Amino acid sequence: MKKVYMDYASTTPVDKEVIDAMMPYFATCYGNASSIHSFGRDAYDAVEKSRSKVADLLGADAEEVIFTAGGTESDNMAIKGLAYSNKDKRGSKGPHIITSAIEHPAVLETCKHLEKQGFKVVYLPVDKYGFVKTEELEASISKDTFLVSIMYANNEIGTIEPVEEIGKIAREHGVFFHTDAVQAIGKNPIDVDKLNIDLLSVSSHKIYGPKGVGALYIRKGVKIQPIIHGGGHERGLRSSTYNTPGIVGFGKACEIAQKRIEKDAEHFRNLRDRLIKDVLKIEESYLNGHPTKRLANNAHFRFTAIEGESLNLMLDEMGIAAATGSACSSKKLQASHVLIAIGLDPAEAHGSLRFSLGRGTTKEDVSYVLDVLPGIVERLRKMSPLWNR
Amino acid sequence: MKRVLVMSGMYSEKVMNHFLNPRNMGEIKDADGVGTVGNPICGDLMTIYIKVKNGKITDVKFKTFGCVAAIATSSMITELAKGKTLDEASRITRDNVANELDGLPPIKMHCSNLAADALREAIKDYRNKTKK
Repeated sequence: MKKVYMDYASTTPVDKEVIDAMMPYFATCYGNASSIHSFGRDAYDAVEKSRSKVADLLGADAEEVIFTAGGTESDNMAIKGLAYSNKDKRGSKGPHIITSAIEHPAVLETCKHLEKQGFKVVYLPVDKYGFVKTEELEASISKDTFLVSIMYANNEIGTIEPVEEIGKIAREHGVFFHTDAVQAIGKNPIDVDKLNIDLLSVSSHKIYGPKGVGALYIRKGVKIQPIIHGGGHERGLRSSTYNTPGIVGFGKACEIAQKRIEKDAEHFRNLRDRLIKDVLKIEESYLNGHPTKRLANNAHFRFTAIEGESLNLMLDEMGIAAATGSACSSKKLQASHVLIAIGLDPAEAHGSLRFSLGRGTTKEDVSYVLDVLPGIVERLRKMSPLWNR
Repeated sequence: MKRVLVMSGMYSEKVMNHFLNPRNMGEIKDADGVGTVGNPICGDLMTIYIKVKNGKITDVKFKTFGCVAAIATSSMITELAKGKTLDEASRITRDNVANELDGLPPIKMHCSNLAADALREAIKDYRNKTKK
């Protein structure tokens, strides 16, 4: 059976070149990068080279990059780390964070955790496309605000937030700006200086690198507390023995992403636009998110009267891997917070489906999805008491 | 290999079989009893139609909006109910349905396992209609 993977926003395969780059660091160059001997120094050199490569992709300096175990840890480190440093520094109403209603759980749950510890958090609503309203953001800033954390691009509906404007506002008000760029790197060129970003989270496995490694960019001069204590690695900010193979792989993945970023984005966009155009020919199908201000590889739909998990598993049965924001596939049995925040009612949110394209996606893959999907939608609608056409 | 990884939230082979080849899917236009349960807001809505002759269910069909578990349990209940007396059919429980499907992921036991309730609603509807 034909297999089509269209869930690259979930994770990507590791690039062959990345694997080749990693291999020596398992059993040949296996030293602990913190050790003083030659084995350790070789590993150290590799870690530092990778740090530069990650920094280059972000327009940052190498010393502003801290390696972590992934995007979730980077988000936790940025928000908690900054919160712990700013506990007592602000006015009387309690230190204050501004974020959005559509953040990844790594940000939302971290903020909720901090609320329990006395921090105040504002979860900004978004419009029907998923954009944060910058006037509302600015109006929410008070003298107690120390952090604005707004994602670069949404992981579900692909909406790209007005990051440049947000960075400008945060800078003008002397507030730190953190952005979760896990979905954006490798698809959107990022320059932390131009965008006034103070902290930025990235992950390796979304850009054809290995799983279990990520990074946090921290602008020079921004003081954060560590959340992982121990041997004092990463200038005391993130203890734990260096994951040398993972870090080397991540560095290589960044290097490749930087070279390919434009070519990749064009490839994704061409295929994605065709997918959107033809899927929308299905009766009562809709695109979620913005038609153009979205990640180049993201296509997010909803179909009236059917449920996303059923749709997803029928596609799976035909070899197609996609994702859904339906409650039934989540552990909490609630419709996606992102889809609710953009104003969909729960029944609409249940019928949603995300395709995310990648380097391996071909024209034939898109054609195959377009061949299979309408029939499955029709089949499920025939079963549905909500479909009476 | 049998896919009964119920703990990890995956579906049994039997569930997938009923989901992909649902039995008795559709409407009965001149049904003797119709029962609908669930709520599209929760992501599950199912309707069961029954034909009754001499106190026995002679035909049963379903229509369901919902997840894999909702569709599979709907399909299964139609198989379990067909040919049964109304009293027998009323006694089919959610657990019976789940067991016949080789189990459901725990999280689905409450939300999507509504088919037994829908069948009982259809029987109630039939009894209300025939009382008059």
